[in-house]
Amino acid sequence: MALYLSVKEIWRNKGRFFLFSLVIALIAILVLYTAGLASGLASANKEYLEKLRADVLVFKSGVNYSTIESRIEYDQLRRIRLLEGVAEAGPIAFSNAKIVFDSEVDSIDVSFIGVDPGKPGAPNAVLGDNLRFAHSKVVLVDQKVAEDSNVSVGDFIKLSSTQGEEDEVYELRVVGITDGQQYFFRPSIFVSLPVWDRYRPKATAGVYRNKPDVNVVAVLAKDSTRLAYLPEAISAVIDDVETTDIQTAYESAPGYSEQQATLGTLQGFTLLIGTLVIGGFFQIQTLQKIPQIGMLKAIGTPDRIVASMAILQIIFVTIIGVLLGGLVTLGLVVGMPDNIPIQFSGSSVLTALIALLLIGPVGGMVSIRLALKVEPLTALGM
Amino acid sequence: MERTVLETQQVTKIYRSNEILVRAVDDVSIQVEAGEFIALVGPSGSGKTTMLAMLASLLVPTEGSVLIDGEPLGDMTDRQRTKFRREKIGFTFQSNNLIPYLTSIENVELMLRLNGKRVKQRRGRAKEILVRLGLDAQLNQLPSQLSAGQQQRVAIARSLIHNPSLVLADEPTANLDTARAHQVVQNFSDLIHEERHAGIMVTHDLRMCKYVDRVIQMVDGKISHLITSQEEISVLSESSEFDILEMGGASMTKKDVIR
Repeated sequence: MALYLSVKEIWRNKGRFFLFSLVIALIAILVLYTAGLASGLASANKEYLEKLRADVLVFKSGVNYSTIESRIEYDQLRRIRLLEGVAEAGPIAFSNAKIVFDSEVDSIDVSFIGVDPGKPGAPNAVLGDNLRFAHSKVVLVDQKVAEDSNVSVGDFIKLSSTQGEEDEVYELRVVGITDGQQYFFRPSIFVSLPVWDRYRPKATAGVYRNKPDVNVVAVLAKDSTRLAYLPEAISAVIDDVETTDIQTAYESAPGYSEQQATLGTLQGFTLLIGTLVIGGFFQIQTLQKIPQIGMLKAIGTPDRIVASMAILQIIFVTIIGVLLGGLVTLGLVVGMPDNIPIQFSGSSVLTALIALLLIGPVGGMVSIRLALKVEPLTALGM
Repeated sequence: MERTVLETQQVTKIYRSNEILVRAVDDVSIQVEAGEFIALVGPSGSGKTTMLAMLASLLVPTEGSVLIDGEPLGDMTDRQRTKFRREKIGFTFQSNNLIPYLTSIENVELMLRLNGKRVKQRRGRAKEILVRLGLDAQLNQLPSQLSAGQQQRVAIARSLIHNPSLVLADEPTANLDTARAHQVVQNFSDLIHEERHAGIMVTHDLRMCKYVDRVIQMVDGKISHLITSQEEISVLSESSEFDILEMGGASMTKKDVIR
C-alpha cells in the first residue's frame, strides 16, 4: 500500500520529483568530486610512501618526520640492518629533477628518488626489470612518467639537474616501469643510491659519494611478533633517530592534514546542505498534503503506512539523485584534464555514497514526524 | 426488523475552554438500523460535527458509549480503532479529499487495498459502483479532470466500496450547486438503502433531508427535535438553509474550544 501510493505519486508528478532528484544529483556531484579530489590530492602526496614495503620508517629525531629535513648517515643504516628482528632495511633519498626532451615538448618535473636495489624503498617494476646494480646508469620510472614522456622499457630519458651553477643533462636507460608512485605531487623516478647522489641537484658540482646520507630508512621486520618492540629497539640502539609507521609519516607531510581537513569540511558542509535541502523539500511537501494525510488516517490508514510512504519517496528520490550524480561525476572525470588530481578510491567513494544515501532519510525525519503527528480532525477542518 | 448498526448511549463530550467547560455533545442516545439514512442537522456549534467525529471513532466521548455492530468503541485501543474504521466505517468529507494523483477508480479501490483485497475483487467492485454513480466515462480520470459533483460521487463510491456497516458524511454537498447536491445525495441515499448500510449525514442544507428516513436536529449539544414522519420531513426539506440557523441558539464556535 505504502509502496503503491509512493510510486503513484512520484510517477504522476514526475517533473517535480525529477527536478528534486536533480538537486540531489548536483549535491552528489559536489560530494563525490570533493571526495575524489581529496583522494587524488592525498595520493599525489603520499602514493609512494603508502605503497612502501616497510613496517617501520626511521627518521632523524626532532624533524617531525619531515623527509626533507631528515638525514640518516649510511653507517646508521648499516647498524639498523644488524639489529635483531630486522629482516631488511633500505635507504630512501629524495630529491627533485626534470626530464627534458630534444623536441619542443615541455619538461616533466619528477621526484628523483635514490634507493638500494632489492631493498625496502625500491619499488617493483610492473613492466621490464627492477633495479639490480648499484652503479648502473639505469632508471625505473613510474607509469605517469612513462605516459607523459612517452617512453618505454629500453628507451633513454634525459635528466636535467643543477650542478653548482650549471644545468647538466644526464642520460639514463629505462629498465622498468612501476605502477603509480607519486610523491609530493610529482611522478617519481628511481635510481640506485650512488647514481642518485651523483645526479641529484647540488650546490657544488662533482661532489658525490657511493654511500651518501639518506633521508629515511625503510625497515621490514622479520615477523609480526618482533614488530612490537622493533621501533623501541632502533631508537635505543641508534643515536639521534626516531621511528614511525607509514601512515604517520605521510600525515606529517607539510600541508597534508590541513588539506584533507579542508576538503573533509567542504564535504561535510555539502552533506549538511543536502540534508537541509531534502528536509525542507519534504517538509513543504508534507505540509501541502496535510488534508490528504488527515483523510488517509480518518479512513483507517495505519501510521506505519503513512510513515512508510514518506520514507519510500525520500529513498526513491535520493537513490535516483545519487545515481544521476554518480553518472555525471563519472562523465566529468573521464573528460577532465590530467592536471586535476582527481582519483576515486573504493573506500572514499563508498563512504561518500553511503553518506549521500543517508542524508535523504535523515533530512526527511522532520517531515515523517510531521506526517505522523497529523491529527485527522484538525487536518479535515472538522 | 433490521439489525441495529449504531447505538449511542448517553454520549457526552466536554471541552475545556480556559476554565470554562463546554458540553459540545450532551447526553445523546440514538440508534440507527441497517438500511436507514439519517440527517443530523443543526446550527453551527450545535455539536453535530463533534457527534459525527465520535461516531467515526476519531474522538473519544467524555461520558457514555458508542457501539457499532454491538462493539463498544470505548474499549478499543488506538490501533484497534484504526482497523475498525477501515473495515466497518465509510467516510465522505466536506471537501472530497480525493488523492490527487490517483484516478477515480484508483481512489475508490484505495479502501479495498487498505483492507487487503485482491486486484480482481477490487477492480470489479470499484468499476461497478462508479458505473452505478454514472461515472463510467470518468473511471481513469484524475480528480483535477472531474467536476465538483463528479469528485463528490467518487468520494461516495470510496466510502461505500468496502461494504461498511456505517457510512458517515460530513456536509457532502457544501461545495456543490443545487442540482449537483440533489444528484449526489440521491445517489448516496439510494446506495445506502439498497446495500443496507446505516448512513448518517451532517448537513446545513435542509433541502437534502427529503432523501433521508429520519432527521435529528441538535441544538447546544442536545437532540432538540427528532423528525420521523415523511410528511414532516417533506415540510422541513421545503424550508431554506437559513431556517436551520435560526432554529437553534448557536452558542459555541470552533475558536472557543480546545480539544
